[in-house]
Parts: sequence; C-alpha cells; structure tokens
Amino acid sequence: MVSRGLKRLYTFLIFLFLYAPIIVLIVFSFNNSKSRGVWAGFTFKWYIELFKDAEILKALYYTLLVAVLSALISTVLGTFAAIGIYNMPGLSKKITLNLNYLPVLNPDIVTAVSLMALFRFFKMEFGLATMLLSHIVFCTPYVILSVLPKLKQMNKHLAEAAMDLGATPFYALRKVIIPEIMPGIITGCLMAFTLSIDDFVISFFNTGNNVSNLSIEIFSMSRRGINPVINALSTLMFVSLIILLLIINKRTEKNEIERGV
Amino acid sequence: MKMKKVAYPYILWMAIFIVIPLFLILYFAFTTGDSQNFATFQFSLDNFKRFFTPTYLKVLGRSVNLAFISTIICLILGYPLAYIISKAEPRKRNMMVLMLVIPMWMNFLLRTYAWLTLLGRNGFINFVITKIGFKPLELIYNDKAVLLGMVYNFLPFMVLPIYTVLIKIEKSLIEAAEDLGANKIEVFSKVVLPLSMPGIITGITMVFIPAVSTFVISALLGGNKYNLIGNLVEQQFRWTGDWHFGSSMSIILMIFILITMALTSKFDKEKEGGGGGLW
Amino acid sequence: MKKRRFILLALSLIIVIMTVGCGEKKETINVYNWGDYIDKSVLKDFEEEYGIKVNYSMYETNEDLYIKLKQGGSSYDVIFPSDYMIERMIREDLLVKLNKDNIPNIKNIDEKFFNLDFDKDNDYSVPYMWGTVGIIYNKTKVDDVVDSWNILWNEKYKDEIIMLNSQRDTLAVALKKLNYSMNTRNIKELEEAKEQLLIQKPLVYAYLGDEVKGAMVSGEAAFAVVWSGDAVAMIRDNPDLEYAIPKEGTNLWFDSMVIPKSAKNKEGAEKFINFMARPDIAARNTDYIGYSTPIPEAVEMLPEDIRNSKVAYPADEEIENTEIFHDPSDIITEYDRIWTEITSQD
Repeated sequence: MVSRGLKRLYTFLIFLFLYAPIIVLIVFSFNNSKSRGVWAGFTFKWYIELFKDAEILKALYYTLLVAVLSALISTVLGTFAAIGIYNMPGLSKKITLNLNYLPVLNPDIVTAVSLMALFRFFKMEFGLATMLLSHIVFCTPYVILSVLPKLKQMNKHLAEAAMDLGATPFYALRKVIIPEIMPGIITGCLMAFTLSIDDFVISFFNTGNNVSNLSIEIFSMSRRGINPVINALSTLMFVSLIILLLIINKRTEKNEIERGV
Repeated sequence: MKMKKVAYPYILWMAIFIVIPLFLILYFAFTTGDSQNFATFQFSLDNFKRFFTPTYLKVLGRSVNLAFISTIICLILGYPLAYIISKAEPRKRNMMVLMLVIPMWMNFLLRTYAWLTLLGRNGFINFVITKIGFKPLELIYNDKAVLLGMVYNFLPFMVLPIYTVLIKIEKSLIEAAEDLGANKIEVFSKVVLPLSMPGIITGITMVFIPAVSTFVISALLGGNKYNLIGNLVEQQFRWTGDWHFGSSMSIILMIFILITMALTSKFDKEKEGGGGGLW
Repeated sequence: MKKRRFILLALSLIIVIMTVGCGEKKETINVYNWGDYIDKSVLKDFEEEYGIKVNYSMYETNEDLYIKLKQGGSSYDVIFPSDYMIERMIREDLLVKLNKDNIPNIKNIDEKFFNLDFDKDNDYSVPYMWGTVGIIYNKTKVDDVVDSWNILWNEKYKDEIIMLNSQRDTLAVALKKLNYSMNTRNIKELEEAKEQLLIQKPLVYAYLGDEVKGAMVSGEAAFAVVWSGDAVAMIRDNPDLEYAIPKEGTNLWFDSMVIPKSAKNKEGAEKFINFMARPDIAARNTDYIGYSTPIPEAVEMLPEDIRNSKVAYPADEEIENTEIFHDPSDIITEYDRIWTEITSQD
C-alpha cells in the first residue's frame, strides 16, 4: 500500500513539474496587461482579439496543416524504412542508420541552413512545399528510432513463419509485422507531429512568400514582447486537445463495455 | 530477405535530403568568404584554427557538461516513471503517455517563458517561500535554471522510448525469474533492466543531443551569462552571418556526438548479447 | 477498425484544412515587419481604402530579414529594417529608389529625421519609428542620481543590473562609458570596452532580450539598459520606474520603410508607405505600439501622457549627443570574438 501511494505521489509530482508552466500560461491568458510580470485583473479581451487576428489564424492553419501532413508522411516513410533497415545486412545497416541519425544529432540550425542551401541549389520557390519537405526530413528519423526498438523486440521468426505458411511478404507485413510494432509507430507519429508543431528554426529558414507558422510568429514577437493573444490561442488549443482526449477515452470505454470486456 | 527493399525509397530520400546537405555544410566549414555568395568561397582551415582556442573550447566543455548532467537526471527521473506507466492498466497507460506528449504541443518558447514567472526573484515559488518565512532563493539566471529547463523540455524523450520497450517485455520472463527464486531487486537488475537497455540508449541519445545543442534554454533561463555551443552556432548563422565558422562548429559538434554515440552503442551491443541475442 | 477510423479522421482533417486556405484573387502587397510592430486595424483600413490585400508576416531581427532577402525565392513589397541595415542593403543594391511623387505624405515627417547618414537624400527610406537607448531604473531601489553609464559599474548594485543580450548594443554602452564612438573600428578601443564589460560581468543579473520588461516591471532588478519605446510601456505598468539618457551620449535608432528589389507591386508598396505616413494613421499606430513616431502632427494627436513623455519625445538637446549605428561590415567578426570572450568568462 505504501509503495502504491509512493508511486502515485511520484507520478503526480512529475506531471506537476511538466504542467506547472502550462498552468501559468493559461492563467496569464486572462491577465489584463501585456506584461508577463504582473497580474492586472481578469479579462477575456485576448480571446476576442484572437479571433480578429487574421495573421495568427493563418499561422495556426499552416502549423496544423504542416504538422498533420508531415506526421503522416514521415510515419509511412519511416515505418517502411525501419522495417527495411532492420532486415539489411550488417554494414549497409550501419551506414544507413548512422546517416539517419544526422538530422537528429545536427543542431536544428545546421539542418535548417543546409536544407535552405539545397532548396536554393534546386531553385525552388520558398513556401509551403519547402517547409513541408524540411519537416519531413527532420521528423522521419525520429519515427525510425521509435519503430526500430520494437522490431528488435519482435520475434524475428514471426514474419518468416508467416511466409512459410504461404503469406506473401506484403501480407506478412500487414498482418504480422505492422500490428506487432504498432505502439512504436504510434509513438513515432505522435513524436513527428509534436516536433513539427514545435519547430522554429527549420521552419524559419525554409519558408517564404508569407507562409509562416505559430513558432515563427511567436519568435518574431519575442523581441518586442509576446502578445497575450498567443497565450489565449495556446490555451484554446490545449483545452480542445484535452476535450478530444476525454471523448476518445469515453468512447473506448463504451466500446469495451459493449464488447463485454 | 526481401523486406529490406521497403527501405529503398527512404535511402533515395536520404541521399537527397541528408547526404547532399551534409556535403554543403562540409563545404562551408572548409571555406571562407561571403556566406551569401558562392563565387567568393576559398578553401581554408581558418575556421577550425579559430575554434581550437581556449575561449571556444571552454564553451564546448560547458555545453557537454550540462548536457551530460541533464541526461543523467532525466534517466533517474524518467526510468521510474516509464516503469510505473508500463505497469498501469492499459487505458490509464495510454492516457499517461498522452499526458507526457501534450505539454509539447504548446510552443516550447512559451513554456520556457512561463518558467520565468515561476522562478523569478519575485516569481511564484519565491512568493510561496517568503510567505512561509524563508529567504527568497536565486532560482533563475544560473546553471541550475538551465539544467531545470533541459530536464523539463527533454524528459518526455527519455520516458517514451523506455516505456515503449518496457511494455513489450514478456510477463512470463519475469514470472519465470520469480519462480526460480529471484527477489524483486534481482528480477529488476537481471531481467527488466537488461531488456530495457535499447530504450535507455535511445532515450539517452534523444536527450543528450538536443541538450548539447540547445540555445533557447540557456538564453531564457541562463540569462545569456554563459553561452553554450548552440548559442555560438546560432549566433554565427543568424546574427554575425559567418556561415563558414558556424558550419565548422557544427561539424565539430557532430563529431563529438558521433563519438558519444559510438561509445553508447558499443555498450548497447554488449548488453544485448547478454540479453539473449535480440539483435 | 480503430486504425481505419484514425486514417479517416486524419484525411477529413486535411480536406477541411485545405479548403479553408483557398481565397479569391485580387491585388496584393506583401508586408514584412518586426513582430507585433503595427496596429493591425490600420492594415484593415488600408485594405478597405485602396482595395489592396495586405499579406502580413513578421521577422525577429534585422539579420533574419537580410537572410530572407538574400535567400531569394520569395518577394516582399515593404520591409522595415533599421538604420545600419538600410546602409548595408543600399550598398549591396537590394533596395529600389522610391518615387516620392507617389508618397506626398513624406512632407509630414519631421525635418530633423531627414538626410541621415544611412540614406543621405532619403532616396530609399521613409522613417517609421525612432528612439534612443537608455537606462531604466527603479526609484525604490536606487538613491543615486542616474545620469551616466558609470552607474552600471557600481559594486553597490551587484546582481541588480540587466544588460542587453546584443553584442553591438552592449559593446556600445561600454564604448560610450569610455567616451569612444560606438562606431569605432579601432581594435584597441574595442579591447578596452571588452575589459570594461568583463569587469562588469560579476555585477550583471542577466543579459536579456524582451524578458527585461517583465523583470523590471515586477521589480526584479534595479537597472536595465533598454530601448525608449519599451521604457514607455514599462513605466506605464510600474510607475516606480524612470528612464534616463546618460550624459556620455547614446544610440539613436530608426526603423524605416523601404522597398526591396524583389518587390512585385512597387506602386502598391508606395501607396502603403504613403498611407502609413498619414498623421491620423501614424497616431493610431503609434498609440498601439508605444514607440515614437517621426511625424509631429501625429504626436499632437496622441494621448497627453504619451505626447508629453520625455521618454518617447525627448527635447532636442537631450538627443544632441547621440550616434546612429553604421554598418559594421567586416569589423563584425571582432564584435563576435569579443562577445564570445565575455560570455565564456567564468
């Protein structure tokens, strides 16, 4: 019993640590002052201003668009790559894996500049396409890195057994391997989405023509003071995510009951 | 195995988007000239000569030191959490994993900013401390604040890979060990820990690398008093405009990280060999 | 089952997002400005009056802006660089000459802000905002008279001093303390300034950017080096604060509107610049931003407390002893080296 209480306390403390700044953000989205330092009374005005602010809404749109697309594309690309890499012979596996590490271990700014040089080299117009491509470049390695441990844990003979029993490689992939590594894929997808939403440097260098995302807007404000409208937006995004999660949770619960679990 | 073919599209992708850009960076690192005008580039080792002076080496040392400490803290804090989550019932488990990820959906600059409100001299924590009757603490603009920022930002990257590995460990293995008379500590150190090694290694790399190259955290929470290598790289690319020097510093940073990884992956293999030929 | 539903959900989300993004085509201009540096209602008024749609986006530093221009592949019609960056852009042939016949409102701008060094005949630029750099201090924490940069070296105020996290501005403070030009290219003088900053470092609470505002307003430190426009905002939030321009002199700066070579709609850009120089618009915009407008008629329309503020609109003799930054060109490597030596010092 004691150890259970201890576990709960520990989990609670860590989550408190992770959520404390978010609580601050939410509280200050109702602050009647532009300044972060002082509390000047309760207001809804930042929320009202948010919906009048075409630039921030446009940035939100691009942020979500790029995050969803790059998460999906890099998950597909990364999952297949991971399966392929896992089945490669020693040396080429090593080389591929190490190359794959490059975008992870390079400082963001270096990935950003090198990609910018590449796009310039190919004379591409900077904008949504270049931003999306660059996001896929730095998201995919993370997908691979979260799928690979799953593959390592999987029984290697599982797929072979399936194929011995007459399954085509594609069928074995779909029915045996993918379900087995699904948690890794989901983690990878979540990670890609998260990294994409949070990225500033790579987006900044690889966009243009008035395509910008929330990070760029936030950073550009950081010299003159972050507009609390951004806090209001973050609060709304946060709350809607929580609601979405609760709905999903309720649904799976209901499904489980219906299925008699 | 035919399966390796499914990686071919990605290999082509890597050639274009990883290998070519890498050569561009190498090219920058070994040349000098006007960064915005390729025609002026000339081969030179000056960038490296400039880096290997005490001033810059000191910055590199500091960065590695802070990143190392924060990685250790993340591991110590993160492993128990990953373990607790992996032992929870499935529905709660998924919920907690999501709760780890959700904070990252709020812009990290904003979240790091929010720490200022908590840690500042007249911030919330000091407010509570003085109310209880203690002296206010210096919580911000020092190395401890930078470490806190690193742990705060990168902890989920440690927990998630370890968790992913832990839930895959077969219960029967643990039961078998218990049946054979192992106590809780033995089960953990002889079965669970070795089996979770791949996750730990991934976690370490995923925390150490962003920590060693961060520039926002040291700027916001460290008060820019002591720059890290990430700040220097950032400065070259975004303020000074000397992309050549910036590139050579990144190359050095990359080599450094590669060495670290080579060391950890060696460790990884040995353990895996002992863990029953998982590779 | 679950997987399929997830894919469906994701796909429908993409479709919804895609369709939101489509809009009608009409004349547009691309305006690229510092973050939070315009009253957005002014943009709406411009769109209504001229029927030109404004695509607005933001950057963080002069150098970021410079990279975007050099990078190519995108076009901006109006940008807002600072003095020394304008000098550099003119030198590198990145800007187009303005047709002043299309910008009649240029006559509204105070004469003293014309023909400055960075753009001799104002062929390229129209001033947007201006200001000084000075010391903001908390009266409840400081008894001494604040009229010199020297006070930032006073041991009494250990851990109470906030400096700017900017190589150039912070070096300028040290150079001015030593009565040197802040545009000096003399390495010996720069080295002396470095020594001063190293001596000062143990007294410094932090080198900050924007966070300085929150810190000063909540009373975390006694002194900070800040831009005048920020000082106005801070004093409004905390009346204990006061702003001083040191007697050794300081930096006078300008952000001006210019049109880059890559502009696709020069006429539209000139209409926009002209619109921004209209007194009523400038007044409304200035009231929102809090910085100082170069248009006297607009100043008259501002609320009394701002109009009479010595911080935002200092008397002429107060800014007599100021310098405008020049493009550092190659000396920037020296700044960089010195700054690294300061920030790596224990």
